[in-house]
Order: sequence, then structure tokens, then C-alpha cells
Amino acid sequence: MTAVAHGHADRAPSDGGPASTRIVVGYGFWIFLLSDIVMFSAFFAAFAVLSGNTAGGPSGRQLFDMNEVAAETICLLVSSFTCGLASLAAAARYRFKFYAAMAVTGLLGAVFLGLELHEFIGLVARGAGPQRSAFLSSFFTVVGCHGLHVTVGLLWLGTMMAQVWAKGFRADILRRIMCFSLFWHALDIIWVALFTVVYLMGMVQ
Amino acid sequence: MFGKLSLAAIPLDQPIPMIASLVVVLTILGLLGWIAAKGHVPYLWQEWITSVDHKRIGVMYILLALVMLLRGFSDAIMMRSQQALAFHSAGYLPPEHYDQVFSAHGTIMIFFVAMPFLIGLMNFVLPLQLGVRDVAFPTLNSVSFWLTATGVLLVNLSLVIGEFARTGWLPYPPLSELQYSPGVGVDYYIWALQIAGVGSLLTGVNFVTTILKLRAPGMSYLRMPMFCWTSLASSLLIVAAFPILTATLAMLTLDRYLGFHFFTNEAGGNMMMFMNLIWAWGHPEVYILVLPAFGIYSEVISTFSGKPLFGYRSMVMATMAICILSFMVWLHHFFTMGAGADVNAVFGIATMIIAVPTGVKVFNWLFTMYGGSVRFTTPMLWSLGFMVTFVIGGMTGVLMAVPPADFVLHNSLFLVAHFHNVIIGGVLFGAFAGYTYWFPKAFGFRLHEGLGKAAFWCWLVGFYVAFMPLYVLGFMGMTRRMQHYDVPEWRPWLLIAAAGAVIITVGVVLQVVQLVVSIRNREALRDETGDPWDGRSLEWSTASPPPAFNFAVLPNVEGEDAYWRMKSKAREEGAALAEPDYEAIEVPRNSPTGFVCAFFATIIGFSLIWHIWWFAAVGFLGAYATFVVFAWRDHGEDVIAADEVARIDRANRTARAEALAGLS
Repeated sequence: MTAVAHGHADRAPSDGGPASTRIVVGYGFWIFLLSDIVMFSAFFAAFAVLSGNTAGGPSGRQLFDMNEVAAETICLLVSSFTCGLASLAAAARYRFKFYAAMAVTGLLGAVFLGLELHEFIGLVARGAGPQRSAFLSSFFTVVGCHGLHVTVGLLWLGTMMAQVWAKGFRADILRRIMCFSLFWHALDIIWVALFTVVYLMGMVQ
Repeated sequence: MFGKLSLAAIPLDQPIPMIASLVVVLTILGLLGWIAAKGHVPYLWQEWITSVDHKRIGVMYILLALVMLLRGFSDAIMMRSQQALAFHSAGYLPPEHYDQVFSAHGTIMIFFVAMPFLIGLMNFVLPLQLGVRDVAFPTLNSVSFWLTATGVLLVNLSLVIGEFARTGWLPYPPLSELQYSPGVGVDYYIWALQIAGVGSLLTGVNFVTTILKLRAPGMSYLRMPMFCWTSLASSLLIVAAFPILTATLAMLTLDRYLGFHFFTNEAGGNMMMFMNLIWAWGHPEVYILVLPAFGIYSEVISTFSGKPLFGYRSMVMATMAICILSFMVWLHHFFTMGAGADVNAVFGIATMIIAVPTGVKVFNWLFTMYGGSVRFTTPMLWSLGFMVTFVIGGMTGVLMAVPPADFVLHNSLFLVAHFHNVIIGGVLFGAFAGYTYWFPKAFGFRLHEGLGKAAFWCWLVGFYVAFMPLYVLGFMGMTRRMQHYDVPEWRPWLLIAAAGAVIITVGVVLQVVQLVVSIRNREALRDETGDPWDGRSLEWSTASPPPAFNFAVLPNVEGEDAYWRMKSKAREEGAALAEPDYEAIEVPRNSPTGFVCAFFATIIGFSLIWHIWWFAAVGFLGAYATFVVFAWRDHGEDVIAADEVARIDRANRTARAEALAGLS
């Protein structure tokens, strides 16, 4: 789909006709991200309801290793910065800088996932798996859902690098890079909420 | 290798599902055989299955909904006849089968009839009313449709392989937990809805973007037809509510598959959280369905009264007010939970407040007709039937919004009567009105009026005979979902209700006959002008059926009722509008992406239901590969040359000019 398909490629949105494809794609992806955030809010709500229901098992305060969580946070925040660099490189059509920034972003995302996996495995090994209590069920789900999003993001990231390598900075590919970076930054926002609601508030409980 | 799946999953000992599925399988095979023998396969593949044209996708959605309406309706007939027979006896449906029938009936009617019917109408109409060439994301639109079809396929597969849920149309835990529902029924429910739900969500994203970002020049928000407004409200609700359904079903899935404790009795699970979450989606869902129907009535009543919609701005305000309020009333579905008097009072009052904007709408429709020259066509009859029926259903709803009254009526047949009163009288009548109203736009010929009117009267009378007794039965203390009963006072009312179901059956048969007769007599019913009803909005300004590009030149909108203005101007000036300069038009290229995605989604859903993990992995890999292949394509558009555009447009322009001259 291009703007031409709607008949007004060069028309500015101000005079009322259909908007350009770049705006339509970005706008649509924002709406999708909002829906994704609504889904997370349902998981957050479940966590808020169940966070005290430890069923005699361990609570967050006894389980969380804040050093590891801090390292995860740094990885994600820095990856958001490098993702921004990748967007700038794409806008300037610098192929090498784009690959480098995307690779660093992906690497940081992978380290984040590794840390999260390490945390999960450690919890299960200590008998604090998701089957132990409703609190742990909701903890694994809300944090794991974010982790799943990061995994999908990594797959997308690799695909985008391959696509730029195969096709160059075509208009449709630039739009996809824009959507990818929106997605990656949204994961950061979710993580900030996770860090606050799950870990920080869990520590003071 | 095959998880839980074995030959024992096919219920060979149960004659009813076996015969039903045999008939369905033979019909499908016969149809496919006929298509192949006639050589229609390439046509079907190129023009429909791979089509990304919003009009074709809309038609396919509605076809899907009509077929599933027959399935859901046969479930209804089974329930009514079972209850008519099961006085002091077991009837003919054993309990485990009866439970599947009422669960399937509700699930199918909401998710696979009402949703696809209205989404189909929105798909077909929105871009035409907005004066643009397609939705924002045409290929995504095709993906949405085929994912819905996957959900339909899975639900129907449960008839032949395994079983369907016995938990009601919403799988309340702890009944739906593994401990009490160990079979695959709930899993069929979960994966069918999860996959179709992704489709609905993507549709919502697509429509919100289309309405907010793609409109003809000059089409400001307050010049949009009312159907666009109600579709916008409905799509916003989809975007905000469906993710909650996804999350809730995911939690239930984790409980069932991995032993989590979201809704279980033990280890701190909280089953009332499920009620809260599912209704935080479920109540907005009611408005997702009824708001587009309100839009259809607005279009129909305005057109056939020959007047602009009365109180257009108040209608917009009422629509958006309902959109917001719909998220603030979910607790009224379980006043009996024990949240306390204060909480119940807040939600009771919030529920009653929704009646205010709804009342505004009803008065607007009445005042639109007042002083107009009303034409009593079939769509108009559905709209009038709606107004009377819906007001009754709305009032019984306000009655149940009073918590003490609800404690008496909760889960009784009074409730069943109430929601059928608003869903049949509100949503289904609206869908039928829209189907009759826009049919000539989609196919270039009208539906037979006499048969349409006869079907309407059967439905209307049948509805009252079938459902008014249920109100009485509710007051007499009969609860819903009873497989048999021993109270003699209930019997006569249940027999009357069964008679009502028979009258509705006649209506359904008449609708099938209407479609067949109309297709056979299509030359007599043909409309060359593209404007058979003397319409007011832009969809009537193009040919019927509209060309792939909808409009040869995007219309310029100068006010509300855009096409009515153009016609009035042309009449005053005594001539049709001048021929525009035709240019080449790019249209999105057809793509099998949606169909292939749905193929893999079916594999994923089926293998997860039966715990065939390796096959699910194959499905995920295939889905990813499909995305990559789509992302790698180099040409997204086909070009229609300027002289081809001119040729298509001139034919309609001539017919239209003659019709306009005849009117003036």
C-alpha cells in the first residue's frame, strides 16, 4: 500500500485528504502499541490482585536479587539509546552505522534475556516456580510476557538487518524500522513499570 | 507423536453430532467438488481468497456470519425442543451434550455471527462512506478475516474431533479449570477465541487508523456519516477491550496447561478475578456489537425518511458517551459476587446512566422520521422493529441494573430474555437492515422486497413469541441452562417459546429463499445507477458493485450528507457534474498472506489443543516464514491505466445522469 493508492501522494494532511503512508503506518502502529499496553495492564492488574497471595511460599522480598534487576534495567535502557542511534543512521542512510547500532541493540537485548532466564531458572530451582503460589504465577506471567516481547523484538531486529542488507533503505523498509524502534522503546516503558510495580514495590512489601 | 489425539476422539457413539458433521462434511465436499468441476478454482483463488479489497473481504465476512448463523440457530432449535420435551423426562439430549450445545450457541452467535457480520458491514461500507480507496492496511485486513475463519474452523472441528466446552459461553473457573474440565472442550474454546481475537484486534487497529487518517478531502470529523462515527467508537472499544480478553484467556491457558494458579481454588488463586477481567472485556463487547448497528439504523432511517439525521451532533455525543461509559459498568454482571452495597450501588447507577445517551438516540431516530416522507422498505421495517423491541429490552436491562432486583433475577431466564431482547432486537435486526440496505451496492441488484418483508414479520412475531415467555419463566424462578425440569407451571410457557422458535425458523427459511430468488431474478432487480434508495452518503455516488478503486476521482466533501448535496447541486444546475480528468490509479496487489497465515494458525491452534508440541512449532515457523516472504516482496501495487479508469467510470456516469434527469 502506498499513498498513491489513496490518490494523494503529495497532499499535505492539513488540507483534509488522506494522510501520507508514513503517517498512516506510524499512527496504526501506535494504536497497536496502545492495545499491547492494555494487555500488559491486565497482567499488571492480576499481579496487583495476587501479589500478596503467597500461599505460605516465599514473597518477592525474599526472592528478588536487585543487583541482577539493576543490570537488566541498564541493558534495556542502553539498548533503547542504541536503537535510537540505529534510527538516526537509517534516516541518514549510513549502512554500516545502522548495522553496528542494531547489533549492539540486539546484543544488549540478548544479555537482558539471558539475565531474566537466569533469574527464572534460579527461582524454579529454589522451589519458587510459577506453580508454587498465585503470586509467583502472576510474577512469572507479567515478567515473562515482557520477556516474550523482547524475544519477538530480537527476531524482528534480525529480520530488519537482513532486509536492509538485501534491499537497502527502501521507503517501506524505513517505515518498518520506524515501527520497530517504536516497539523497542515501548518495551522500555513497560520495563520501567515492571521495575517499579513488581520489583521495587515488591521489595518494600 | 500425536499428543492427546487418538481415534477415540471421534464420538462415533453419539448419533447427533456424527450425523450433523457428516452432513456438513458432505456439503463442503460437494461444494468443493462442484467448484473444481466447473473450473472456478482459479477465479476463487485470484478474486476472493487472496483478495485484499475491503469490499470482497467484507462480503466474505458476511457470508461466514450467515453460515454460522445457521449453525448457531440449529443449536437454538435443539435447546428449545429439548426444554419443550424434558418435563419429567430426560429429553433427547444427554446433559453432557446439552451443555456443549448451549456453550457453542453463545460462543458462535457472539464471536462468529455478530462480530463477523458487523465487521463485514464495516469493512464493506467504511472506505466507501469516507470517500477513499481502501482501508489503511489492506493485507492486514485479509489476515484478520482469515484468522476469524480459523476460529470458525476450530469451533466446528470440535463437533467431529473431541468435544466443545461445557462451561457456558464464558468459561467461568473453577469449572473451566483442568480439575473440573479435563477434556479438550475448553481448549477448543480458548484457542478458537484467541486466534479469532487477534483477528478482531487487528481489525480494530485497522479501522481506527482508517477513520482517523484516511478521509476524502473536506470530510472533517463532523461531516462523517453516523455509521463512520459508531464504527469508530466500536473500533476504539475493540482496541481497548480485546487485549483484556487475550490476557484473561492466556491466564486460563497457563492454569490449564502449566499448573499456574490465577483462578484456581488452591495456592492463592482468585476465581472472581476472572469474572472481573472477562467482563471488563465482555461489557464493552456488547457495545462493540450494538454501536455499529446503531449506525446502520441512523443511515437507514435518514435515507428512507428523506431527511438528514435529526440531532447529528447529539448523536455523535451520545455515541462517544456510550463508548466511555461501557467501560464503567462491568460489575453489574455479578452483583451477587458480594462486593458490598456501596460498590453495587455505584455500578448500578452507572448502568442506568447508559440508558440516557441511548434514549437520546431513540428520540433522534423518531424525530428524523417525524415530518419525513417515510418509505417502508425492508431495511426500514427492521429499523422500526428494532426501535420497539430494543426499548423493551433496554427497560428490562435498567430493571436488572437495580442490585436488589438483580439478586432475584440473576442467572434466571429473565436475564436470558433480556440479552436476547437487546442482541436480537438490537444487533441482529441491525445486521439484517444493513445486509438488505447495502446488498445492491455490493452486487448491483436488490434483494426481493416481498420475501424480505415476510421474513421480517416472521422474525419479529417469532421473537416475541419465543422470548416474552422467558421473562415470565424468570419471574417463576426458572434458571438458565436447565437440561430437564419437574415444575408443571413452566411447561406451557416453554411450549410457547418453542412455537416462537418455529416461527423464527420460517423467517430464516424465507431469508434463504429470498437470496436464491433474488439471484435468479437479478436482471429484473438490477440497479444501473448505483443509487437505488436515493441515498445521502458517498457510497451511493459510485457504481454498484463499485470498481476495485472505489472512486475514479476522490470526491470533494462540502458538508454533511455529501452525496445528497452533490445531487441537489446537479439538479439545481440542471446537469450532471462535469467529467473529471482521469489518472492512473494504483491499487494494492492481492496476496495469499492472509490465507497462508490462517493455515499455519490453524495448525498452531489444533496442535496446542491436542498437545502436539512439535506440530505447533512447525506452525509458528511457518507463520514467521510467511511474514518474511511478505516483507520481501518488491511490488505492493498494481496500476490501473487512466483510460481503463475512464472506461469503467463513464458507463456508470451515463446511467447516473439519466436517473438524475428523471428525478428532477
